[in-house]
Amino acid sequence: MSPSALSTRGLDKSFGSLVVASDIELDLPPGERYALIGPNGAGKTTLINLITGMLKPDKGRIFLGPDEITALKPEERVKCGLVRTFQINTLFPHLSALEAVTLAVCERRGYAGSWWEKLPAYGDAIEEAYAILLSLRLAASCHRPTRELAYGQQRLLEIALALATKPKVLLLDEPAAGVPQQESAELFSVIAGLSQEIAVLFIEHDMNVVFRFAHRIIVMAAGRILLQGTPKEIAADARVREVYLGRARHG
Amino acid sequence: MVTSSAVAEPQRYLEAQIRWRPVEIAFWLATLLPFVLTPNYLVLASQIAITALFALSLDLILGYAGIVSLGHAAYFGFASYTAGLIAKWGWGEPLTGLVIAAAAAGALGYLTSFIVARFRHLALIMITLGLGLLLAEAANSASWLTGGADGLQGVRMWKLFGVFQFDLYGTTAYNYSLVVLFVCFLVARRLINSPFGLALRGIRENATRMPAIGAPTRAHIRKVYTIAAVMAGVAGALLAQTTETVSLETLSFQRSADVLVILILGGAGRLYGGLVGAIIYMVARDQFSGINPQYWYFWIGTLLVAVVIFLPNGILGGAARLVRFFERSRA
Repeated sequence: MSPSALSTRGLDKSFGSLVVASDIELDLPPGERYALIGPNGAGKTTLINLITGMLKPDKGRIFLGPDEITALKPEERVKCGLVRTFQINTLFPHLSALEAVTLAVCERRGYAGSWWEKLPAYGDAIEEAYAILLSLRLAASCHRPTRELAYGQQRLLEIALALATKPKVLLLDEPAAGVPQQESAELFSVIAGLSQEIAVLFIEHDMNVVFRFAHRIIVMAAGRILLQGTPKEIAADARVREVYLGRARHG
Repeated sequence: MVTSSAVAEPQRYLEAQIRWRPVEIAFWLATLLPFVLTPNYLVLASQIAITALFALSLDLILGYAGIVSLGHAAYFGFASYTAGLIAKWGWGEPLTGLVIAAAAAGALGYLTSFIVARFRHLALIMITLGLGLLLAEAANSASWLTGGADGLQGVRMWKLFGVFQFDLYGTTAYNYSLVVLFVCFLVARRLINSPFGLALRGIRENATRMPAIGAPTRAHIRKVYTIAAVMAGVAGALLAQTTETVSLETLSFQRSADVLVILILGGAGRLYGGLVGAIIYMVARDQFSGINPQYWYFWIGTLLVAVVIFLPNGILGGAARLVRFFERSRA
C-alpha cells in the first residue's frame, strides 16, 4: 500500500471541558476522494482547522506524505501542498477573480514579494490563473470584482484559489454550502473531475452527493471518528443510521 | 458584458488597467502651475508637496495593506530631526542628507514593523499611537539634542547641487519637494501595480484567507511598513531641509491625525487620494486660518464628517463614481 497523502495520529483538542477532537486517526491515500460526515457540532470543521494549522492540537501529530507538519504555520503547510477551502466564503471582495487567483499563483511561485516589476510582466502566473478559471468555467467573468459574482461562482472561486496553490491534499469544507441542489451536483462533478494526483477530503451534508462522489466515508460524532468505510458499508451501518442518517431523516 | 478579446487576453487587460491615464498626466502638469499662477505661494506649495508625500506613504500601508496607523508621524519626525541634525553638525548637502534621514526612518520602521505586523484593528491603532507618543516624548525630554520645545536651531543647508540656494520665496524648495514627490510617487505606483501590491490588497481584503493560500502575511506587512517608513522619512527630511528648522510638532499626535484625515478626505487606496487631500486640506487651512485662526478645525471637522458620510471612498472615490455615472447615462 502506498503511503498516505495525509495522515493524523492521535489528534486531541478541547476548549475547556468541551472535547472537539479526540484521538483522531485518519489516512487519506493519494488521489482518493473521502467524505467527512457527521451531525452539526461533530467537529468536522475543527478537524480541518487542526490539520491546516489554524488551530493548534493539544496532542497528536500530522503528516503530509512522509513529512511531519505538526509544527508548521498554516502558510507553510500550504507551501507543502496542503490546502483548504471555507464553508463561508472567505474571498477577496474587491479583487477580480483573475487577480485573486493570480495572487495565489504568485505566492506559490515566489513572485509575491517582488515590488519592482509590474504584475503583467509575470505572464506565466496570469496564464496559469486564467487556465484554472477556465477549467472551473469562471473565465467569462474573471475581470469582475469577486463581490459581484453570483454565489455559485464564488463557491467555485473558493476552489479555484485552493487549486492555484497546486495542492497534493485538498480539504473542502462544505463546498456546496448554500448552493441549490441542482448546482450542487454540478459543483461536485467539477470536484470529481479534479486531477487524480490530488487527494480530496470533503465535508458534505447531502447524502446523495456523498454516496455518489466519495470513495470512502468517515463518520464523526462528538469529536470522535465513529467509523470509516466504503459508502456501501456506511449506508448499512446501524450506528450511522442512529447517529446521523436517522436523525437527519427526522429533521 | 466583458468583450471576448479582453477575456482572451487577460494579460493585456491587466496591462491596460495600469496604463497612465490622461487625467494623471494632466494632474502632474498642473503641479507646475504654482510657478506661473501663484509665485507668491511657493512656500505653501512646497509644504503641500511634502504633506502629499507623507499622505502617500500612509496610503501604502492604510489604503493598500489595511494597516491603520495613528503614529505615522514617528517616521516623519525621526527623519526630520535626523536631517536637521546632520545639517546642523556641518553636513548641509541636501541629497545625501535626504538619503541618510530616509534610511534612518526606514531602520526605525523595520524595527517597529515586527510589533506592528503582529496586530490588527484596535490593538494596532493603540500600538501605533503608543509608539508615536513614545518617540515624541523622548524627543521632548532629550532637549540637549533636539532643542526641545524651542525646536532645532542652527540648521543650515548648502545649495542644492551646489547651485540652487534655498530662498525665502520657496522656489528651490518647491522645485526640490515636487521632484522628490514625483520620484516617490513613481516608486509607489510601481509598487502597487506589482505582484507585491496585489498581495497587499489581498491582506486588506481578507487577512484570514491569505495564509490559506500560502501567503506570509507578516513578512509582507513588515516589508510595506518599512517602505512606508522610508517614504514618510523622505517627507520629514524635506520639511527639515526646506524650512531649515525642526520642531516637536513633526513628531506630534496632531501630525499623525492630520495625515490620516488628509488621506481619508482624498480617498485611501487610490494613490492620488493623499495628494488631492493634501491640496484641499492645506489650502483650506491657509484660507480659513486667515479668516478665523481659532476655529479652522471646525470646518475641517465638518468637511471630514460630510465626506465620510456621503463619500465613503473619499473625494476621489466620489469623483470616480460621478464619472462612471455620466459614462453610463451617456451610453
